[in-house]
Amino acid sequence: MELKLRGVTKRFGSLVANDHIDLDVAAGEIHALLGENGAGKTTLMNVLYGLTQPDEGEIEVDGRRVRFRSPKDAIDAGIGMVHQHFMLVPVFTVAENVVLGREPTKPFGLLDRRRARGEVQDLSNRYGLSIDPDAYVEHLPVGVQQRVEIVKALIRQANVLILDEPTAVLTPNETQELFRIMRELKASGRSILFISHKLKEVQAVADTVTVLRRGRVVGSPPPSATDAELATLMVGRDVELRVHKEPAEPGDVVLVVDGLVVRDETGRIAVDGVSLEVRAGEILGVAGVQGNGQTELCKALMGLLPVDRGMVAVGGRDLTRASTRAVLGAGVSYIPEDRQEDGLVESFSVAENLVLDVYDRRPFSSGISLRPDRVRDAARTSMAEFDIRAGSIEVPAKTLSGGNQQKLIVARELSRETRVLLANQPTRGLDVGSIEFVHRRIVANRDAGSAVVIVSSELDEIYALSDRIAVMYEGKIVGVVPPTTPATELGLLMAGATSTRGEEGLPGEEGLPGEEVSEVQPA
Amino acid sequence: MSSELADQAEETAKSEDGPPSPATGGDGRPGARGFTEALLDAVTSGNTVTVTVLAFLCAIFLGGLIIAFTNTTVLHAWGNLFSAPGKAFATAWDTAAGAYVAMFEGAIVNPHAVSAAFHGGPVSTVFNPLSETAVNATPIILTGLAVAVAFRAGLFNIGAASQFIGGAMIAGWIGFAVHLPFILHAAVAVAGGLVGGAVVGGAVGFLKARTGAHEVIVTIMSNYVMEYLLLYLLGLTAFRRPGNPNPISPPIATNAVLPHLFGSTLRVNVGFLIALAAAAAVWWVLNRTTIGFELRTVGSNPRAARSAGMSPERTWIVVMLLAGALAGLAGAAVVQGTNFNVAPQIYGTYTVDSITVALLGRASPTGTVLASLLFGALRAGGVTMQASTQVPVDIVTVIEALIVLFVAAPPLMRAVFRLREPRAGGGEQLEARGWGG
Repeated sequence: MELKLRGVTKRFGSLVANDHIDLDVAAGEIHALLGENGAGKTTLMNVLYGLTQPDEGEIEVDGRRVRFRSPKDAIDAGIGMVHQHFMLVPVFTVAENVVLGREPTKPFGLLDRRRARGEVQDLSNRYGLSIDPDAYVEHLPVGVQQRVEIVKALIRQANVLILDEPTAVLTPNETQELFRIMRELKASGRSILFISHKLKEVQAVADTVTVLRRGRVVGSPPPSATDAELATLMVGRDVELRVHKEPAEPGDVVLVVDGLVVRDETGRIAVDGVSLEVRAGEILGVAGVQGNGQTELCKALMGLLPVDRGMVAVGGRDLTRASTRAVLGAGVSYIPEDRQEDGLVESFSVAENLVLDVYDRRPFSSGISLRPDRVRDAARTSMAEFDIRAGSIEVPAKTLSGGNQQKLIVARELSRETRVLLANQPTRGLDVGSIEFVHRRIVANRDAGSAVVIVSSELDEIYALSDRIAVMYEGKIVGVVPPTTPATELGLLMAGATSTRGEEGLPGEEGLPGEEVSEVQPA
Repeated sequence: MSSELADQAEETAKSEDGPPSPATGGDGRPGARGFTEALLDAVTSGNTVTVTVLAFLCAIFLGGLIIAFTNTTVLHAWGNLFSAPGKAFATAWDTAAGAYVAMFEGAIVNPHAVSAAFHGGPVSTVFNPLSETAVNATPIILTGLAVAVAFRAGLFNIGAASQFIGGAMIAGWIGFAVHLPFILHAAVAVAGGLVGGAVVGGAVGFLKARTGAHEVIVTIMSNYVMEYLLLYLLGLTAFRRPGNPNPISPPIATNAVLPHLFGSTLRVNVGFLIALAAAAAVWWVLNRTTIGFELRTVGSNPRAARSAGMSPERTWIVVMLLAGALAGLAGAAVVQGTNFNVAPQIYGTYTVDSITVALLGRASPTGTVLASLLFGALRAGGVTMQASTQVPVDIVTVIEALIVLFVAAPPLMRAVFRLREPRAGGGEQLEARGWGG
C-alpha cells in the first residue's frame, strides 16, 4: 500500500505544527520520520491516524484521496498505530486484548475465544513475535506488550504501521528484537512509519528518512548519512555529540555511600551492598541495563526509599535516614528519571514548577507567605538562561514539549548552590539539541565544584560525561572503570559476565571479590 | 469499570497526554489514579463558565416541566388537550412560571415590597429576600469551602456534617454554659466552633497519614459517630435544656449571639461576613502561602511532591484540620446566628450540599461562594414558593440535582447547544471518562 501526504498543514493558534508537509511512504519500506521533540512528528501522526484534522493538504492511499475523521476511518483504510503509551487492559489476556472491539463471536453472541487465540497464534508464528495468547498482559514485559499492540494493528489488516517512538520504553535487546520484527513485516509487504529522534536507530533500520524541523520537511537524507549529517539536519546547526570538557580536577570526597542495602516497593532487595565515593568536581557515571537497582539507589539517596542497611553521607553529614527535604537542604540537586511523574506537576505553571522544591526558601517566600513577584522574576531569568521554550511563564507545564520540560527541571535543580548533583536518565527521550544543552550544563556544574552522579542506560551518555564509570548489575556495583574502557568490555560488565571477568582482566577489576569494590581513579 | 477500560483500550489514544496506560502507568499500584483523582480533575479543570450557566438554564427548564406536570390542575387540563389545547399549555406555563416568580420574590426581590416601600412601607422588607439568601448560603459557603480545600489536596471530604457537629457542639456549649461579656462571648464561641471542627477533621487526616485509612470511608463513618455523639450529649443533664423532655440544648446567652448586620428585622448576621472572610482566607492560603503550594502540589501530583521534599502525610493532616475548622465555623454560624441552640439534625443536608457546591464551584473559593449563593437563593426562594403556590419545597432539591447532573456532563451540554469543544487539555480527558463510565 502506498501512502502520500501532500501539503499537510496544521495550525494551533499562531503555532504552525505542520507546515505543508509532503511525505511518500512506498509499499514494503521502513520510513523513518526523524525530528527533535516538538518538530511536529506527533501532530503529523495524529493527522494521519484521524485524531486531528489538518487545516490544509490531502492524504492519498493507493492514489485515492481520503479523509480521516476518526481513527476508525484510518483503521479501515489500513493504517495501524502503536502509541508510546500502550492501550491495553492489564487484567485481560493477550488474545482478549487483541480482539477487543472486534470480538469474533459464535451464535448467540458468545465470544469465540478459540478463534481469537488462533488468530493471535498465527500472527505470532508468522512474524516470530513469540507471544503467548493466554498470557495476562499485566505479567508481560514492556517489549512484549508492545508486540501485542503490533498484533492488534495487524489483526485489523493494517498495511501501514505507525510506530511512535517505539524504542523509548525498550531495553537494548528488546530494541534489536523490535527491529527484527520490523524487517519481517517489511518483507511481507507492509510499510512502517518509524518515528524517532535516535540517529543510530534510524540508521540501523530505515530505508528512507524524512527529517522534520519546526513543522517543516527539511530533508530526506539516505540512511547511510553520518550521525553528524543527520543531527545537523535535525537541529539546523552543527551540534557537538561529544560534550567539550576539560579533565576533571577532583577535590574532597563529598558523597559517601557505604554498604547500602535498599528494598524496592515490593520488598525485594534492589540495591545490594553498594559502596561509592564521589569527589567534588568529578562526574561518576553509573552504567547498567535499566532495572538493576539504579532507580532504587537514587531514591534511597534522596530519602524517597528507606535504607535497609548501610550509610549515606554528604559532606561528612550522615543523611542515611534523612527526609527528602533534609537531603535537598544539604545541597543535593535531583533530576528524577520520570520527569512527568516525579519531576513536574503538569497542571502547574512553568513558574510554579521552577520553584517546586525551593518554594519554602528565600527569596521565594518569607515565613509562610509566598512571594509571587520573586517567583515570576526568577522564572523569567531561568527561562532565558536555560532556553526553555514556552508561551509564557504562566502556561501549564504539560503544554511544553519533553525537551523543554526537562530543561525546566534542569533549570530548577541547577539554579541553586549544589554540592551533589544526582541525575537519573537526564536526557532520556530528548532531541539532540536538548541533550547537548543538558550535558553542557551538567559539565558546568561539575566544574563549579559539585560531585555529580549520572545514572544512564545509554552508553553514549555515560562516555560523554563520565570521569569514572561505575557499572551496576543486579543491585551491585560490579566494577568502577575509567572512561577509556572499550564499550565491549563495559557491555560485558553490564551483562553481568562474572565468569569471564577474571580472564578478561578489565581495568579496575583487580581485587573485586564478591561485594567489595575497588575504586580506580581516572587515568 | 471493565466497560470503561474496554472503551479506553478500543478507542486508542484520544490525545497523546491522555490517561496513562493502565499497563505501564502510575507508580506500579494498579488503579493508583483512582476515583478521587479523576473527580478532582473533573472538578478543577472540567467546565467552562458557559457550560455551568447552560446547565443552570437546562435545570430550570426541566424543573419547570416537573413543577407543571406534578400539578393536578395542569394534568387535568392536559387530559383535555385535544378539546382545549391552548388551555393545556397556558396552565402548564402559568403553574411553572408562577412557581419561579414566587421563588425569585423569595430569594432576590419582591416587587410588591418595593412598591410598598415607595408608598411608605418598611424598607427592610425589600431586602428581606436577599437577607434570607445570605442566611441560607452562610453554612453552605463554609462547608463547601471545607470540601473544596480538601479537594485541592486530593482528598474527598464527605465528613462536612461531622465537622459541622463538632463545631456546633463546642460553640453551643460555650454559648449556654459560659458567661462572658458581649462580643468576647460570641468570639470565643466562634473560636470554639472552629477548634471543634478542626479536631474532628484533623482526626481524619491523622488516621489517613498514620494508617493509610481512606478518607472517604473515615469521613463517612465520622458522620455517624458525630451524629450519635450529638444525640448522646443532648441526653446528658449538662447539655439538655432543664425541664424539657426533648433532646435540645438550653438557648445560648444573648452575649453569644452573632450580631445582625442590618437591624433586627433582617436575619442576616455576622456569620455571613465570617463565611466571606473564610473564603478570602482560603484563597490566600491556597495561592499565596507555602502551605497552599504544598497542598496543591500534593493534590496534583503526590509523587512529584515527595521528590520535591514535601510530605503528603503532613499535608493531609494540615488540610483536614483546615477543612474541619471551616465546617466547624459553619456549625458555630448556625448555632449562634440562626438557631440559638443545639438540636438533633442541626447538621441538615450540609454533607451533600457542601460536595455539590464545591463541585459546581470547581473547588475554587470564588466558585464555591457563587455556587453557595445560588443554592442559598434556591433555598430561600423555595420556602416562599411553597407558601404562596403550594409547589413543594422539595422541587428545589430536584433543581439542584439537575444542575449537578448537567454540569457533570459537559459533552451533553455541548451537544444540546452545539458548542465547540474546548481546546485540548483537561476537558478532553474528562469527556472520555464521562462517556466511558
